[in-house]
Amino acid sequence: MLSMALTIAFALVAAAFVMSLFRLLKGPSAPDRILALDTLYINAIALLVLLGIHLASPLYFEAALLIALMGFVGTVALAKFLLRGDIIE
Amino acid sequence: MSTITETLLSLLILAGAAFTFIGSLGLVRFRDFYTRLHAPTKATTLGVGCLLVASSIFFSVTGEGLSLHEILVSLFLFITAPISAHLLAKAALHLRLPSSVALPLEPSSLPQPLREE
Amino acid sequence: MKRIGNWLPHPLLTPVLVLIWLLLNNSFAPGQILLGLLLGWAIPRFTLGFWPQRVRIRRPGRLLHFTGIFLYDVIIANLAVARLILVGPDRLHPAFVVVPLDLTAELAISLLANAICLTPGTVSAELSADRHQLLVHALDCSDPQELVATIKARFEAPLKEIFEC
Repeated sequence: MLSMALTIAFALVAAAFVMSLFRLLKGPSAPDRILALDTLYINAIALLVLLGIHLASPLYFEAALLIALMGFVGTVALAKFLLRGDIIE
Repeated sequence: MSTITETLLSLLILAGAAFTFIGSLGLVRFRDFYTRLHAPTKATTLGVGCLLVASSIFFSVTGEGLSLHEILVSLFLFITAPISAHLLAKAALHLRLPSSVALPLEPSSLPQPLREE
Repeated sequence: MKRIGNWLPHPLLTPVLVLIWLLLNNSFAPGQILLGLLLGWAIPRFTLGFWPQRVRIRRPGRLLHFTGIFLYDVIIANLAVARLILVGPDRLHPAFVVVPLDLTAELAISLLANAICLTPGTVSAELSADRHQLLVHALDCSDPQELVATIKARFEAPLKEIFEC
């Protein structure tokens, strides 16, 4: 039962990736693309956690934690860039 | 692993994946940026939260001892998601992105008399 | 008293750091607890200059209560937003709402902004320059007055009670 739930979950998260990618490519504005990137990194965390359960390996947790940290910094830097036209003032 | 644990795990994983999916669906479906902003910040956060709880239970049952470090990631997402949403909304207002409803005035010139209401 | 204040500048930060350290290592071994305590003491001590003000919680009990309510609200709001996404964009009534603030403490205002980002279908967009108004975008809001009243009663009042007198 768990493996079936995992298969369905993988499919759903993959579909989520495709939809975020669609928004990333289509835009139409810069904040839309940043939002899509933000969603992509959260989807990546979801995928890594699922992979960790699927392969019964706790190693993927570190990668998920790192992506959570770096993704947030990236989103904030990009949003700040839009607000100020400059990241380091 | 007992049947009850397995059922609980499957439900949590399915719920988490479904919320992640719905969050991205909102990103595609909504028409203006300000409504699109709601979808990933809310639905996705709970989705990943569910998955992390499932992971925590899974490794506590199968591995050696309690596994709680997944809480850190969900805690971190819960703290950071509203901050990125707030900054993106601010950037969008700054750029005067079109919205389906009337945009407010320039933020610095919000109507002052409202304060007394 | 001043000496103690300098040696342990943030009594709240230390246990939080210890807990985060233990969770990161995923172990509660005595050695890790010792190392965590050392870090929990050293980090607040050496980052003293970066903290603009001390965090003061006046009602710790209320804070726990508020956290419980908040987590419940997060789940409800997530379900509501998920439903709205599935229903589709045609039945939405998005709106920009200005929420007048009674809070004055910076920490309380930022906590309120974060809380309303996560909860009732709203995202805080902008704080006015004088810190008295918060611009909020609501996903589905037919009655702005009611939304403002809900935010004030459910989130602002407890935060005011916890962080201000």
